Amino acid sequence: MRSVAWLIPVFPLLAFFLIVFFGKRMPRKGHEIGILAIAASLVVALGVFFQQIAHSDQVYERSVTWFRFGDGGRFVELGMHIDGLAAVMFVVVCTVSLLVQIYSTEYMRDDVRYTWYYACLSLFTGSMLNLVIANNLIQMLIGWEGVGVASYLLIGHWFEERANSNAGLKAFITTRIGDVGFMFGIFVLFWAAGSFNIAHITSVVASGGVARGTLTWAAILLFCGAIGKSAQVPLQVWLPDAMAGPTPVSALIHAATMVVAGVYLVARMYGVFHASPAALNEVAIIGAITMVMAAGLALVQDDIKKVLAYSTISQLAYMVAALGVGAYTASVFHIWTHAWFKALLFLGAGSVAHAVHSFSMNDMGGLRKQMPTTFKTYVIGSLALAGIFPLAGFWSKDDIINGAYHSARAGSSVGWFVFLAALLTAFLTAAYVARMVALTFYGKPRYDPEHVHPHESPKAMTIPLVFLAFMAIFSGFLGLPGKLNLFAGWVRFGDVEHSFNLALDAFSTVLALSGLYLGWTIFKLHRVNIDLAKSPLAWFYKLLQRRYYFDDLYFNGIVHPVAGPIARAAYWTNQKILDAVINFAGTATVALGRFVYRDIDQQIIDGGVNGLAQGAGAAGNGLKFWQTGNVQIYAAGLFVGIAVFVGVFLIRG
Amino acid sequence: MDFLAHWGLTLSVFLPIVGAALIAFTPKEQEKTIKFLSLAFTFLPLVVGVLLLRVYHIGMTGMQLETNRSWIPSIGARYHVGIDGISLPLLELTLLVTFLCAIYSLKWLPEPHNPKGFLALMLLLETGMAGTFIALDLVLFFIFWELVLVPMYFMIGLWGGPRREYAAIKFFLYTLFGSVFMLLGFLALYFRASPHTFDVLQLQRIGPSLPSGIQNLIFLGMGIGFAIKVPMWPFHTWLPDAHTEAPTVGSVLLAAILLKMGTYGFLRISIPIMPHAARTYAPLIGALAVIAIVYAALNCLAQTDLKRLIAFSSVGHMGFVMLGIATLTQIGVNAAVFGMVAHGVITGMLFFIAGSIHERYHTREIPQLGGMALRLPILGGLLAFTAIASLGLPGLAGFWGEVLALLSSYNPLSALSSHTFRVYMVAGGIGTVLTAGYLLWMIQRVNLGKVPAQWEGKKLVDVQPLEMVAWAPLLLLTLGLGLFPRLIFDVTTHSVIGLTKLLGG
Repeated sequence: MRSVAWLIPVFPLLAFFLIVFFGKRMPRKGHEIGILAIAASLVVALGVFFQQIAHSDQVYERSVTWFRFGDGGRFVELGMHIDGLAAVMFVVVCTVSLLVQIYSTEYMRDDVRYTWYYACLSLFTGSMLNLVIANNLIQMLIGWEGVGVASYLLIGHWFEERANSNAGLKAFITTRIGDVGFMFGIFVLFWAAGSFNIAHITSVVASGGVARGTLTWAAILLFCGAIGKSAQVPLQVWLPDAMAGPTPVSALIHAATMVVAGVYLVARMYGVFHASPAALNEVAIIGAITMVMAAGLALVQDDIKKVLAYSTISQLAYMVAALGVGAYTASVFHIWTHAWFKALLFLGAGSVAHAVHSFSMNDMGGLRKQMPTTFKTYVIGSLALAGIFPLAGFWSKDDIINGAYHSARAGSSVGWFVFLAALLTAFLTAAYVARMVALTFYGKPRYDPEHVHPHESPKAMTIPLVFLAFMAIFSGFLGLPGKLNLFAGWVRFGDVEHSFNLALDAFSTVLALSGLYLGWTIFKLHRVNIDLAKSPLAWFYKLLQRRYYFDDLYFNGIVHPVAGPIARAAYWTNQKILDAVINFAGTATVALGRFVYRDIDQQIIDGGVNGLAQGAGAAGNGLKFWQTGNVQIYAAGLFVGIAVFVGVFLIRG
Repeated sequence: MDFLAHWGLTLSVFLPIVGAALIAFTPKEQEKTIKFLSLAFTFLPLVVGVLLLRVYHIGMTGMQLETNRSWIPSIGARYHVGIDGISLPLLELTLLVTFLCAIYSLKWLPEPHNPKGFLALMLLLETGMAGTFIALDLVLFFIFWELVLVPMYFMIGLWGGPRREYAAIKFFLYTLFGSVFMLLGFLALYFRASPHTFDVLQLQRIGPSLPSGIQNLIFLGMGIGFAIKVPMWPFHTWLPDAHTEAPTVGSVLLAAILLKMGTYGFLRISIPIMPHAARTYAPLIGALAVIAIVYAALNCLAQTDLKRLIAFSSVGHMGFVMLGIATLTQIGVNAAVFGMVAHGVITGMLFFIAGSIHERYHTREIPQLGGMALRLPILGGLLAFTAIASLGLPGLAGFWGEVLALLSSYNPLSALSSHTFRVYMVAGGIGTVLTAGYLLWMIQRVNLGKVPAQWEGKKLVDVQPLEMVAWAPLLLLTLGLGLFPRLIFDVTTHSVIGLTKLLGG
C-alpha cells in the first residue's frame, strides 16, 4: 500500500481541477467529486497506516527527479517520505476532511458558490496532504503555500462582505511573513547539506556535518514558518479573524490542516531542531507564552467560534512547547487527539449556529433541550479539551505536562517555564470550556423566540458529530501508560518518552476540575457576580479585550503606514524626483535646441553667413524638429553622435 | 531539415516583416485580408519556431542553428545568427505572444481604427524583437534593437491613451539615450578587439583578456543601455507611462518581450564578454535589483490605475531577474532566464486582462471597480489566478524564478561578498511579502465586495471565446511551467553552465 501512497494527495488535487471545470454540470454540483476523492484517499491512507504500524521502524521513501536547475546536486524531487508521523497525519487529515465535506452538504446547501467551495476544500486538503507526504523541503513548501492560498480563498469565501475578504487577506499576508523565514531556512539547509531532501539533511546534521550556529539559524528560520502557520505569538493575529470563513472550513483549518502544518514542520524537521538546544529553547518559550496568552483571550470572547479559535492557538502552543522540551511523541499524540475534539467542537458550534443563526453566545443559552445530539457531543468534546479523565485530551495533555516536567527535572529552566505555563493553561482551558458550555447550552434562552426556533440539525451534520465524539472519547486510549502506549511505538524520535506520572496526572486533573468549577460557578450558577470592567482588574480585562494590542500595533505601526504614507512617499519620490529629473532633461534639451536655433543659428550663423544659406537652412530645418518631437531627427542625431564618436576613436586608436 | 537548421531562424525572424510589407501593399479597406495576413505571418514564424525545436539539440552547450555570412565587409559586420538555451525560450516566447496578440487583434483593435497601420507595425515589431534574441553580431543586434523602437513608438503615440504623445516620446528618447551608450560600448569593443570584430562569440574569447579598466568602462556604457530597457531602478520611469498609455497589445508585447531584451543583453553580451567587469558591478546591480523589488512594491500600493499598478509590478519582477543575474551563479542565471519567461507569460496575461477590463468598464481606476467576481466570474477568476501566479505561488510559473534567485543570493559567485548578497536576499524576501500584499489588495478591490451601484444594470459581458483562444496558451503555460519547470530548465541549464564557466563559477 505504501508504494501507492502518492495517490493520497493526488486524488483531492485532481478533484480540485475536476470540480472547477465540471463541478457545476454534476447532479450534486461537484460535491460528489470532492467526497469521492477524499474517501478514496482515506482508504489508501488507512492501508498505508496499517502497513506502516506493522513496520514501524522502517521509513518508506521513494522519489523521482522533478527537474534539475544546475549541475551536481541541484535538483528538486517529487517524493514521499512515510513514517509513523506521516501515516498518522494521513488518517487525521483524510478523516476530518471527509467528515467536513459530508457535513458541508447540509451546512452549505444553499450557498451561492457551492461548487467553488468544494473545489477549494479539495485544494486545501490536497495541499495539506502534499505537505505531509513530501520527502523534500521544496515539495513541502509547495503544499504549505497551497494550503495558504486555499485558506485565503475559503476564509474570504463570502467575499461580498469586506470584513471577510479582509480576514482572508490578513491570513495570507501574516502567514506569508513567516513563510519567508521558512524559505530562508530551506536555503540555509540546502547550502549546508547540499540537498532539499529531508532525510539527507537529517543524516548530514546527525553526522555533525553542519556547524551548530548554522543549524540554529536554520531551525529558527524554519520555525518562523511554523509561527505563522500555527498562529503562535507574535503572528497569532490572523487566526481569530479567520473565523469569517464558513464554519466547516474553520473545523478543517483548526483540526487537520493549515495550523497543524506548523507543528508538523517542526516535527518533520526535528532532526535539525534537536541538534540545536538554542532553537529548541526558543520553540519552547514561544509555545509557553502563546498557550497562556491565548487561553486568557479565550476566557473573554462572546463569539463561540472565537473561543474555539483562541483555544486552538493555545492547544497548538501545547504541541509547539512539547516539541521544544523534547516531548516529540506527546506533541504528535496531541495533534492526533486535538484533531478529533476540535473538529467536533467546531462542527458542533456550526450546528448551534445553524439553529440560532448567530455565533454570538449572547444569542444562545438553554439549547441542550432543543439540540440533544449536538449538546451531548459538544459536552464530550469540551471535556476532552479540558483534559478530563478518561477522554482523549487527558492523555495527550498529560503526556506533554510530563514531558515538560521531565525536562525541568533534568535541569532545564525553560522546562520549568513550560511546565508551569502548561499547568496554568490546563486550569484556564477548563475555565473557558465551562463558560462556553454554560453560556451556550444552559441558562435562559437569549435568542429571540419570535424569530428563532432552534432545532436539531439534519443527519448529515449530526453523524459526523457522533463519530467525532466517539473519537474524542476513545482516541486517547492509544496512548495509555507504559507498555499499552501503542502510539509511542508508531511515532517517536529516539527513545520512548516518559509518559506517565500518577502524582502529576492527579495534580493536573485537580487543576482542570477546579477550572471547570470556577467557570461553572461564575457562568452557570452565577454565585460570583463580578463585573470585570469595573473591578481592579479592569486594566487586565481591557488588555484582553484589545487582544494584548497586537492588532493595534500591527495595523497602526506597520500596515497602515506602509500601505498609506510610505507607499505614497515612494510614489512621490518616483514622480517628483526620479521622473522629474528625466522630464527636466527633456525640457532642458528642447530649450537648448530653441536657443541654438534662435540665438545661434538664426542670429549668428544665418545672419552672418547668408551666402551659405542652403546648408544652414537644412541644419536649421533639422533643429526645428527638436521642437516638434519628430522621431526621425532624433534618430539622425543619434547617428551624427555615433559618427563623431567613431571619428574620435579612430584618431586616438 | 538541413534547410531548417541553416535558415530556420532567419525565416522565423523575417517572415513577419514580409507580412508587414504585404499588409503595406494591401488597400486599407480590405480589413479582412489585413487581419488574415497578420494572423498568417505571426502563425508561420511560430510554426517555424516549433519546427526548430526538432532540430535543436537540447542538452548541448554552445550555439546551434548558426548562420554566419558576410554582410557589410567594409566594417566587418556579418550576418551571424544562432541560438542557445538562453535565447531559445525567449525566441519562442516572442513568436507565441505576438501570434496571440494577432488573434486578440482580430476583434479588439485600439482607436483610432486603422488595422493596416497597427498590424503592420506589430509585425515589424516582431522582427525586431525576435531578431534581437538571435543576433550574434553587434551591428545586427543593434539594428534589431533599434528596429523595435519605431513601431512601439507609433503604437503608443498613435493608438495610446490620453497622454500618448508624452509617453511615446519619453519611451523613445529614454531608450534611445541608452542606446547611444550601448552603441558606444559596442564600438569600443570593436576597436579594442584585435582583430577588430563585432562578432559576439569571438568577442567572448577576446573580451575577458581586455584590461580591467577598459572592461569596466565599456560594461558601464552598455549597462546603461540595457538597464534602461530592463528597466532597472532608477531608470524605470518611462515604463509606467508607456504601459499606461499603450494600447493593450502594445502593453502585452512591451511587458512580455521588450523588457527581456535588456536582461538578455546582459546575459549575451556584457557579462560573457567582460567577466571581470561583471564581477565588479555585480554588487551594484544586485543592490539596484532589490531596491527595484521593494520600491516597486511600495509604488504598487499607491496606484489606483490597474495598468500602472501592473507596470510597476513589472519593475519589481524584473528586479528578481536582475538579482539572479547579479549572483553570477548557475542557479541565479538559470533563475533569471526562467523568471524572464514566467514574467512574460504572467504579466503579458495581466495586461490582456487589464485591457479587457478597460474594454468593458471604460475605466481602469481600481476604486471604481469592485465585485467583478460576481459580475464577470470568468474574467474575475482569470484575474485572480494570474495575480496569484504573479505573486509567486509555488506550483505556478512565477515561483521558480523568484525562489531560485533568492536561493542563489544566499551563495553568490565566490568572488562576491556573500554577506552583501544575503542582505539582498532578505530585502527580496520582504519584497515578496509586499508583492503578495499589493496583488491581493488589488484583487480585493477589483474582484471582491458587492457590485458598485454604477455598474448595476449595465451590460457587461464575460470573457468571450476569442479572448479565451488568445489567452489559453498563456494560462496553460502559467500552470504548465509551474508544474513542469523542466520545460525551461532542461533547455537553459547547459547553456547557463557554459556561461557561468566563463565567470569562474
